[in-house]
Amino acid sequence: MSDKVPILELQKVDKSFGPIDVLFDISLKVRAGEVLCLLGDNGAGKSTLIKTLAGVHKPTRGTILLDGKPVEFSGPRNAQEMGISTVHQFGGTFPLMSIGRSFFVGVEPTKGWGPFKVYDRKKANEIAVKAVQDFGITRIDDGDRLVGGLSGGERQSLAIARAVHFGARVLILDEPTAALGVKQAAHVLRIVNEAKRRGLAVIFITHQVMHAMTVGDHFAVLIRGAIAADFRRGEKTREEITDLMAGGETMADLEAQVESYMASHEGHPPPPAQ
Amino acid sequence: MSGLFGQFIRRPEFGAMLSFVAVIAFYVAFGGVSLSSLFGAASWINFAANLGIVALPVGLLMIAGELDISIGAMIPAGSMSIAILSGYYDLPIVVGILGALAFGVLVGLANGFLAVRTSVPSLIITLGTLVAVQGLVLAGSVMLTGAASVPLNAPAWAKLVFGQLIFGKFQVIILWWFALTVIFGFVLHAMRYGNWIFAMGGDEVSARNAGIPTNRLKIALFVLSSTAASFVGMCGAIQFNSAQVSGGMNYIFNTIVSIVVGGVLLTGGFGSVAGIFLGALTFAVVSQGIYFTDIDRNWSNLIIGVMLLAAVLMNNTFREIAMRYVPKKSK
Repeated sequence: MSDKVPILELQKVDKSFGPIDVLFDISLKVRAGEVLCLLGDNGAGKSTLIKTLAGVHKPTRGTILLDGKPVEFSGPRNAQEMGISTVHQFGGTFPLMSIGRSFFVGVEPTKGWGPFKVYDRKKANEIAVKAVQDFGITRIDDGDRLVGGLSGGERQSLAIARAVHFGARVLILDEPTAALGVKQAAHVLRIVNEAKRRGLAVIFITHQVMHAMTVGDHFAVLIRGAIAADFRRGEKTREEITDLMAGGETMADLEAQVESYMASHEGHPPPPAQ
Repeated sequence: MSGLFGQFIRRPEFGAMLSFVAVIAFYVAFGGVSLSSLFGAASWINFAANLGIVALPVGLLMIAGELDISIGAMIPAGSMSIAILSGYYDLPIVVGILGALAFGVLVGLANGFLAVRTSVPSLIITLGTLVAVQGLVLAGSVMLTGAASVPLNAPAWAKLVFGQLIFGKFQVIILWWFALTVIFGFVLHAMRYGNWIFAMGGDEVSARNAGIPTNRLKIALFVLSSTAASFVGMCGAIQFNSAQVSGGMNYIFNTIVSIVVGGVLLTGGFGSVAGIFLGALTFAVVSQGIYFTDIDRNWSNLIIGVMLLAAVLMNNTFREIAMRYVPKKSK
């Protein structure tokens, strides 16, 4: 698998906003049918990295390669046209619009002619429902339902199905499981696997190690804007990854500290850090 | 809640329909009004038509997540424009009509560009243009004509089209209102532009990323609303043979109340043209229909206030129901 040309690759990408360096020397690759998990604590630079990948920010230094050729995105729209789709935490969909209408926002199917071209509700609903069901969400069968009435997992699935339907080759999922319960998260992870099976390159951003380990082929840990570790599936345990994300200080050390404090302070836990 | 009723309860205008029926029922039960005299009367339908023509584009703006209160100044601006051009300067009426509409387009463009280029909320922008246009109209008309009230004598054809009474009591503007309601309804619910407006009000950034020209759409909507207000003012001047610089301020709150009663979400993303239509109708029944009852008309504002609050609460509930609605599986 690793001999294929990566769909999307970053080579030594730096990003700074004025004097503030946010990303430093980021090199990443993602291939078709592969899930790259980007792990990092809050503030590690994950959102900036996503926005750079999605064409919102331009890298200060370094290159982005698409199918092995250097590219420069003029904006998020341009990146989307080249097949890079970002799905945000809450699905980026419109809660008070119907499934069919929100699925086709901006590219509505129409029928009729001239000034009387009307929105083809039936066709939109059919295509949208089919696209979602193909991803295994069979509970969605009415395109007139409002998006806001779907569960968090269903909304994510709808957004992913939409991206795939409109020709995404690289799927950037920004914390898709962060706000979800256990069952809903499992739902989304299944969708991620399905996208991978269909040969999409998936970049899965999360701080939940468990979720990353369930679907990931390749992992990169981001700390203070730099890649602190880059490894493949099975090369590290869950504890090691968590420790890495916490910035080197191991969880075990932390626990030991808390325990020794409690032992010497009549069982009281330490006061919260100021 | 399945089938037809389920379909209906999901519509944004469901609450407006209830408000309309409830208000009439209230007047019949407590005001001793007879339905035949109420429905045969023109005063409240005339009122509803004037209000409704402005409420349509302002309602669309609200669905798109914006607000335009400068319409309060655009109504006298429209009537003064035509009266000064065709009344004071005696230019052909067509010049006056085009002048009034062009002034609406200009102010709409100003509102739209400011809303797109700055991050100032449209409430503040249009508050600014509201006051500015008011000043411009007053100072301009005093400077040009030396008066704050200008007479206008429109030719018969202009009166026939824009300002005449049908059967001696119904303003011709009612027909404009009906026609515009149909056109706006078609645009919002049947054309793709409607989908863009809903998407823009739901989440502007996502809508822009989906390729919707949100800026152009927003400017177009602002142009529509101030031109519609100017149109209503123009029709008034043709109808009543004169124009005053004052007036129009009531329209600001009246349109907002009727739009919200009509089921449009104040923060955007939800609403319907049928709802806006019914909202204007309901507002007119409350404020004008009270003359047909035994109730002292001074109470009408209290009723409007209570109705507004009740309608907002009711619409919130219906919106929740609409969101949660899952059709019964047909097995």
